[in-house]
Amino acid sequence: MIEDILSAYPEKPQKLRAKHIAIKDEGCSCAIKSNIKCIPGLMTARGCAYAGAKGVVWGPIRDMIHISHGPIGCGYYSWGMRRNLTSGTVGVDTFSPMMFSSDFSESNIVYGGDKKLAQVMKEVKELFPTAQGISICSECPVGLIGDDIESVAKKATKELDMPIVPVRCEGFRGISQSLGHHIANDAVRDYLLGKKERPEEVGPYDISLIGDYNIGGDAWASKKILEEMGLNVKNVWTGDGTTEGMMAAHQVKLNLIHCYRSMNYICRHMEETYGIPWMEFNFFGPTKIAESIRKIAAMFDETIQKKGEEVIAKYQPIMQKVIDTYRPRLEGKKVMLYVGGLRPRHTIGAYEDLGMEVVGTGYEFAHKDDYERTFPEMTNETVIYDDITEYELDEFVKRIRPDLVGSGIKEKYVFEKMGVPFRQMHSWDYSGPYHGYDGFPIFARDMDMAINNPARFLIKAPWNKDKEV
Amino acid sequence: MCRSAEDTQAVLDWMATEEYKEKNFAREALVINAPRTCQPYGAMLCALGIEGCLPFLHGSQGCAAYFRSALTRHTREPVPMVSDSMTEDAAVFGGQANLIEGLRNAYTTYKPSIIGMFSSCMAEVIGDDMKSFIINARTQGAIPEDFPIAYANTPSFVGSHITGYDNMLKGLLNSLADTRNGKWTNGRLYVVPGFDLYAGNLREYKRMIKAMGIYMTMLPDPTEVLDSPNTGEYKMYQPGTTMGELADALNASGFLFLQKYSTAGTRKFVNNVQKITSETITMPIGVQNTDAFLMTLQQMTGKPIPAELEAERGRAVDAAIDAHQYIHGKRFALYGDPDLLLGLVGFLLEMGGMPVHILCGNGSEAFTKEMEALLATSPYGAEGKVYSGKDLWHMRSLLLTDPVDMLIGDTHGKQIAKDAKVPLARIGYFMTDRVHLHRQPIIGYQGAINLITTLANTFLDEGDRTCPQERFEMLK
Repeated sequence: MIEDILSAYPEKPQKLRAKHIAIKDEGCSCAIKSNIKCIPGLMTARGCAYAGAKGVVWGPIRDMIHISHGPIGCGYYSWGMRRNLTSGTVGVDTFSPMMFSSDFSESNIVYGGDKKLAQVMKEVKELFPTAQGISICSECPVGLIGDDIESVAKKATKELDMPIVPVRCEGFRGISQSLGHHIANDAVRDYLLGKKERPEEVGPYDISLIGDYNIGGDAWASKKILEEMGLNVKNVWTGDGTTEGMMAAHQVKLNLIHCYRSMNYICRHMEETYGIPWMEFNFFGPTKIAESIRKIAAMFDETIQKKGEEVIAKYQPIMQKVIDTYRPRLEGKKVMLYVGGLRPRHTIGAYEDLGMEVVGTGYEFAHKDDYERTFPEMTNETVIYDDITEYELDEFVKRIRPDLVGSGIKEKYVFEKMGVPFRQMHSWDYSGPYHGYDGFPIFARDMDMAINNPARFLIKAPWNKDKEV
Repeated sequence: MCRSAEDTQAVLDWMATEEYKEKNFAREALVINAPRTCQPYGAMLCALGIEGCLPFLHGSQGCAAYFRSALTRHTREPVPMVSDSMTEDAAVFGGQANLIEGLRNAYTTYKPSIIGMFSSCMAEVIGDDMKSFIINARTQGAIPEDFPIAYANTPSFVGSHITGYDNMLKGLLNSLADTRNGKWTNGRLYVVPGFDLYAGNLREYKRMIKAMGIYMTMLPDPTEVLDSPNTGEYKMYQPGTTMGELADALNASGFLFLQKYSTAGTRKFVNNVQKITSETITMPIGVQNTDAFLMTLQQMTGKPIPAELEAERGRAVDAAIDAHQYIHGKRFALYGDPDLLLGLVGFLLEMGGMPVHILCGNGSEAFTKEMEALLATSPYGAEGKVYSGKDLWHMRSLLLTDPVDMLIGDTHGKQIAKDAKVPLARIGYFMTDRVHLHRQPIIGYQGAINLITTLANTFLDEGDRTCPQERFEMLK
């Protein structure tokens, strides 16, 4: 099947793409190529470093102003397009729902944009005196014309008396949004982390929640469980995050990481520098939630372990009711996923709780370590694909005919036109949360809705029905 | 940061003052909540209107992802497009290798009948020469010698999405249209919609022109891309302007441009270089603009305006008179693209509505003058003020210091409308938080009825939602 699909390509991409696709079998060495360049001219779902740095990591820090430095487009397209919910009042202590741009004109390209940047920051301070800091997320031209945004930032930090962070996330850097995550982590490390101390002492149950961007309220759902377990979530990176929280984030006992791909870098740094241990967890679906609660609790004392069991016991009957409602409608349904970050593996348990089977999965911008974590989660004969092109994904879906595809907005309508049920798994299709005990009932309802909504059965006109093969 | 409710309110109060507005308008460098985007986006829309055309972005793949996502979110339709995924090495050595390999792969895999290529800011900054790269791709056998490719330079740091639309359209004619065949014409009117993301508008144009009995080609025609049927089968390419129609464009009997500011360069090319008769109208929003549209068609083709369109006009006028009391004397703030705004303001004036703040992110001096002249034609335009090159944070100050009854604009205005406690009538691009609005025309007589319905009912809903019990009535 794979060879047949790839035969539509010229010779070179045929060979290259074959290395990115694998079918899991017994004793599989599970090697798959990842984190290398996209092939020009083939439709990829990947974005760029700017999207990873501004769009994912920095954008949700709510009380800072994030300047898209360069031409207007990047700021425009990344404006409100990731569903990072934030608390606070827009324009006063949350700026995430707004867009800020230095709006390069031709003369900025010719003469450089540093002066304009300095002016932009001055105007930010005048118009938004309550902002707690500024990030400068650079777009392609800034790096190409050789602007020195670091020195502009340094000067402005003093003049404006707040943290100002240059983020060198030009879109042409690297091969996907992944490098943007790394660059963003480095900027957090260099300009925010450890720059402030909390007034109160660090308690034994103080933790940070890392790699959760609060899509549709996910971070709030996770936080709720952790707090019911008796832990104090001091900071979320970076969903609904605050500057102060980020600056004092070195003062916790444990870092819990949700999206490993985008933020493992800072966890490793904090482990080396501050001796803070970190662990991954997964709050999708009751099975994985219970497993994760126990794993997290094991890092603490008996009080927490006892509370953890109480939390599981409290929610188990509620979750069972959800399963009893939806499992009969979803049992045996096949799912194909293609998403970013952590979802191609983390959501599998939630599908399995509903009796569904993931038969294909893959990542937009994963690295080797992501696939090492993914293969053990999969059953045999699952197709696993890295940076799959839109053409390949269409072909896989046509041949495997899953009952549900979970992927992004760019893929959604392709499959809806094919008559294949679909859920957007980057943005939860404007629903959510999907995390935690709050999220699972919504997840189950949404998957059922996608597969069983009656409108789907209207596609064939009744007068054409007997023509069906 | 434990800000108290009083502190927050104090900041909000200050932000609603004249003093803050002055500070806000004094800004020179910072852009906040821009109601416009960059050139390649418009170029993509233009290329998508040619049947079998694969849009190809020469530059970083992130841009392609953004453009596709943005259009998909507005239309809820698939948007195919490739890029040649330039990265650091291309930044150093130039993007020729990417472009040639990209053409080879895209041509073989997606089997387009034509490629429409345009550039990102990255390719523009490093000075890539698309024209010679394409020639080299042909000589190297990456694509056949005669495979049609149109190209346009669309730097993101110049103009806006409407400039990109214009550049790509000119690029299509320049690269792919056969030379004009003397005085001979193909007897077809070529109708250029301009940057318009309403599938409903494009369908309505075609319906009305067909009702006039005119042979026409819409160039480009992205109607089906913006709104395609669900048949259980995915087709990457939708029907649109055919390659043959594009090739024959310069033999048109005439060109009709339905927008002015999104087609300026192409118009010059058609008029001055190709010497083809052309007319340009204000977007036919409202009754009078639609009258002008039909009369222009009549004048260009000699075809009479049929009774069925006159009856439609009668219904639109009836709807206007029936509902005038809900719009008359109401104060409006509007923002959007220049062509859209000229149409909308004309419509408001004929309904007795008062456009007060008219804000255009990508408006030129010429636009400002034209809009001011339009406002001067009506007593209802007396308070209207034009703000070209401004953004939605400026608009927020205007709404708070000089309140209106309704804001008209796209989804991006929802936050400031909420802040100013006025309803937002969603008209424009993009609409990512409501479904299917782009399927309903806002042009033509039917469009006028739709606009009147939307505006009047939005006011009525707002009234019912907010009025005291003793004012709550069945009759309105």
